[in-house]
Formats: sequence, structure tokens, C-alpha cells
Amino acid sequence: MLTDILTVAIKEIRELPYLRRDKSRTNLFSLLIFIGVFGIFLPLQSGEGWVTSPFTLLYWAWLPFMLVGTTMVDAFAGERERHTLETLLASRLSDRAILFGKILAGVVYGLGMTLVCILVGLLTINVAFGRAGLLLFPAGIALGILAVVLLISTLASGLGVLVSLRAASVRQAQQTFTIAYFVLFIPLMILPMLPPMVMQPIIQFLMRADFKTIGIWAGMIVALLDAVLILAAMARFKRDRLILD
Amino acid sequence: MNPYAIRTSSLRRDFGPIRAVDDVSLEIAPGAVFGFLGPNGAGKTTTIRLLLGLLEPSGGSAEVLGFDTRSQADAIRQRSGALLEYNGLYERLTAEDNLEFYGRVWRMTKAERGARIQELLTDMGLWERRKEPVSAWSRGMKQKLAVARTLLHRPALIFLDEPTAGLDPVAAAALREDLATLAAREGVTIFLTTHNLAEAEKLCQRIGVINKGRLLATGTLDELRLHNDAPRLEVTGSGFNEALLARLRSRPEVCEVALAGEKLTIGIQPGFPSAPLVRLLVESGAAVEEVHKGIASLEELFLTLVEEESETPGISKMPGV
Repeated sequence: MLTDILTVAIKEIRELPYLRRDKSRTNLFSLLIFIGVFGIFLPLQSGEGWVTSPFTLLYWAWLPFMLVGTTMVDAFAGERERHTLETLLASRLSDRAILFGKILAGVVYGLGMTLVCILVGLLTINVAFGRAGLLLFPAGIALGILAVVLLISTLASGLGVLVSLRAASVRQAQQTFTIAYFVLFIPLMILPMLPPMVMQPIIQFLMRADFKTIGIWAGMIVALLDAVLILAAMARFKRDRLILD
Repeated sequence: MNPYAIRTSSLRRDFGPIRAVDDVSLEIAPGAVFGFLGPNGAGKTTTIRLLLGLLEPSGGSAEVLGFDTRSQADAIRQRSGALLEYNGLYERLTAEDNLEFYGRVWRMTKAERGARIQELLTDMGLWERRKEPVSAWSRGMKQKLAVARTLLHRPALIFLDEPTAGLDPVAAAALREDLATLAAREGVTIFLTTHNLAEAEKLCQRIGVINKGRLLATGTLDELRLHNDAPRLEVTGSGFNEALLARLRSRPEVCEVALAGEKLTIGIQPGFPSAPLVRLLVESGAAVEEVHKGIASLEELFLTLVEEESETPGISKMPGV
């Protein structure tokens, strides 16, 4: 089972944007732009706060979510559109090997690409601002980033695959995922726009807050969501439905 | 050893009010190349999906390689290969990566994969282009690659759903040639659906004709001819007037007379000689230039069966079932 999951995951990763082995210049150029924006431009804009602020965790939650989610909506809807799904379903692979292979590919993709951006970002920050010494994430934030990226990649991968299983086309899957994205992230976007009388108590709460406890609770909620999404995807995965939809 | 590679009994599949496969009973021996013929929408693809366990039957049962399609679909897919309606190739990947992936899916070792991929791609004339993304290939090359993928893990049974559909005549002929060679060499049972009758005639030892979900006939080509059609006399010449045609129609051995320009076709009941009819034509003053006694082609048999089914729905002829 594990071998089959890895087989599917490797195939998926080879097909993903930036990682395809088609030797196209467009692909390489897109990869460089992506790393340039998230590994060079944004760290330069943020300055030293990029490594010291606990709010950096939100940034590392958003990046893999967008990256993985928008890619994984293609998982089943794309295979159906490109007429490769039925051949895959007619193979010896079990339902779970196909499903978990695709989810794993999303997680590895999100984790890998985000870690590359983090490493390039650390290099950028140190070159630009590290005159007084090496600038690194504090241990707690580093651990938090790893956990956030892993949990959010799984969330986005599970959600993307579930949306993809239900969608008739990639376009429909993308539209559904965009709605889910706004539902999850609109509160964070609205926060800075709130009037001062509303913001004041929130800021005071955050100033007094124990980020460690909040982080653990948030992590547990996301982990629970991950499990729910994966279970929902397992329930949705039916070969005959996938073929006839 | 199981005496049948495929055995179905009153297999049925409904999609709401539509009966896509209706009471299909089939027996296919191991190693046979079985052609499943039918017009578009006849139920060919649905039958393959049922046999692969991708769809649940609404009624009846099917055994493939000795496994029940309802409860042992995984075992069937483990031992089968399938080239379905679409080639199913990952166009963003190279030809080699496509085969590598499916080699891994079938748990072939790295050495086995390498040797088998080289063998199949060389046989298909694709080895030199294995590093190219499939998207850059012609349709014919893609179909050949899909056939290679289907045979990669040396399955006991392969399903080919209209493998030459959409190919130009040259590419189709090349693929048929490859299929015939590989089928003979690998000793694999082939379940081939097609509406290309020449293809079925060339490749298949046994044939089944399906229309509107119903199996109209199965058997070897000779068996189908014997049961479904009479020998025919094709006469080219002139002077075939109405009186002569009426005299021909009155003969007990004549079952059909048709005149198209200078070509007269006379259907004869099996077992009757044709010489008295030729004599009658000459004695009646017809100028006979050429006489050809033939048997019905598969195309004629197929059209006859399908037309009969359309005219008398619910009536089926099933020699050999």
C-alpha cells in the first residue's frame, strides 16, 4: 500500500507546475519568479521582522495553502478532463493508494516549495540585514513554521482533492476552491481594516495572549480539519461515480 | 486452469431508464482474440467497464479470469491491461515516464521495467523517441504507446476499446500489424471492441455483435456466416429485365434479387448450386460478362444483424452462445 501511495505521489509530483521534466523555459522561468517573489522580494520588504515576528506564521500558512490548493484541484478533475482517470482506475491500484498518493503529493509539494522559499529568504535576509550576526528564526518560530506548513499543506491538499473529486471540470474545481479560500482567509484580511474601537480590544488581547497556547490550539483545530477532509475524500472516492460523473 | 478467460451470464446494466447492457451471455476461451462489434452506443464500452469491475452490474454476473467482477474486481484489474476509450497517457510526461509509472503501479522491479520498456518500445518503433513528452507525438504514436502500456506487465487478458479509432489508414494498419504480432507472441487473451469490421476480420478468432445493449450473435466468422447469411452470386452484364428478375425470384433456391446498374446480386439458399441460375440468365437472353460467387463479408453480416435487430426488436440470433 505504501509503495503504491509513493508511486502515485511521484507521478503527481512529476506533473506538478515548476517540477515537470518537460525542459520548458516557461516552466523554469515560472519557478524562478515564484522563488524570487517569496524568497527574495517579500523578505527584503519585511526586513528583520521576517525572521523575528510571530505573525510570520500567518504568512507561512497562506503560502502553502494557495500553492497546494490551486494545484491539487487538478488532481481528479484534471485527470478526468485529460482522459487519464479511467485508465488509472482500471489499474491494480487501490482506491486509497490513488487518493492518499495524490494528497501526499500535495503535502510534499507545499512543504518542499515553502522550505525552498524559506531557505532562499534566510539567505536574502542575512545578505541584506545580517551585518550584526546571523539572522535565524527563533527555535519556537522555526518549529511553528514547520508545523504550520505541514498542517496547512495537508489541509489544502485534502480540500483540493475533495473539491476536485466533486467537480465536473478543473475550472469548476478552481472556482469552488476560491470560495473556500475566501471563507477561510477573509477574517484575516478584514482584521486590519476594522475600526479602532473594534481593533483596540483585539490588539490588547493579542498583546496579552500566550502565542504558544493559541498556536497549539490552532494546530489541533487544523489537524482535526485535515482528518475530516481526508475522511470526506475517502467517502467520496467511488470508482463508478468517478467514471460516470 | 480456468476454461474461460471471460464468462458472463445474463449480464445487465441500467443507467436510470436506459438499459445499456441487456442480458449479455458470453464465453471466451483463454488466449483467444475476441472481437466485440457494434455501432456507437451499442454497449461495448459499458461491457468493458463491467468486466473490469469499474461498474457494478444491475443484474446477471460476470467472471473474468475466474474472478467475480462484483467481489473480486481488484484481482481482475491486477491481471488485466486496458486501453480504454481514450489512450489515458499523461501528456506532460515523457513516453518513458508514462511506462515507468505504470511499471511501478504493477510492481515490476527496476530491471524488469527497463528491459520490458525497451522491448516494447523497440517493437513499436518508439525507442528513439522515449525521452519526448507524449504531447508532442502524433495520435498513431500515442496509440502505439498506449498498447505498449497495456502489455507492459504481461497481463493474462487485455481490453482494447476501439484502439484504431481516429487513426489515419496507414497508422491504423501499422497498429493492427503490431497488435497481431504482439498478441501472437504474448499469448494474451484480447477483448477488442471496434466498429472497424476489417480490423475485426483481420485480428479476431471469435466475434460477438452487440446492438442496443443486446448480444445479437457470437461465434467464429464462419459460424456467423453459416447462421446468418446465404452465399451470393454477383453477376455483371446487361439485359437484366423485369421479367428475368421475376423468374429469378420465383425460384425456390433464390432468397434475394437486387439489381444496381449492371450488377445483379442473387442471394442463394445454403446448399443449392448456382450453375442452374447462371444457365437461366444466359437462356433468358442476358449478356453475362462476369460471374462471382462469394460469401458475405463481415460488414454485410454485421449490417444484416443490426438491421434485423432494428426491424424486430427483442429478437436475437445467438449461434454459439
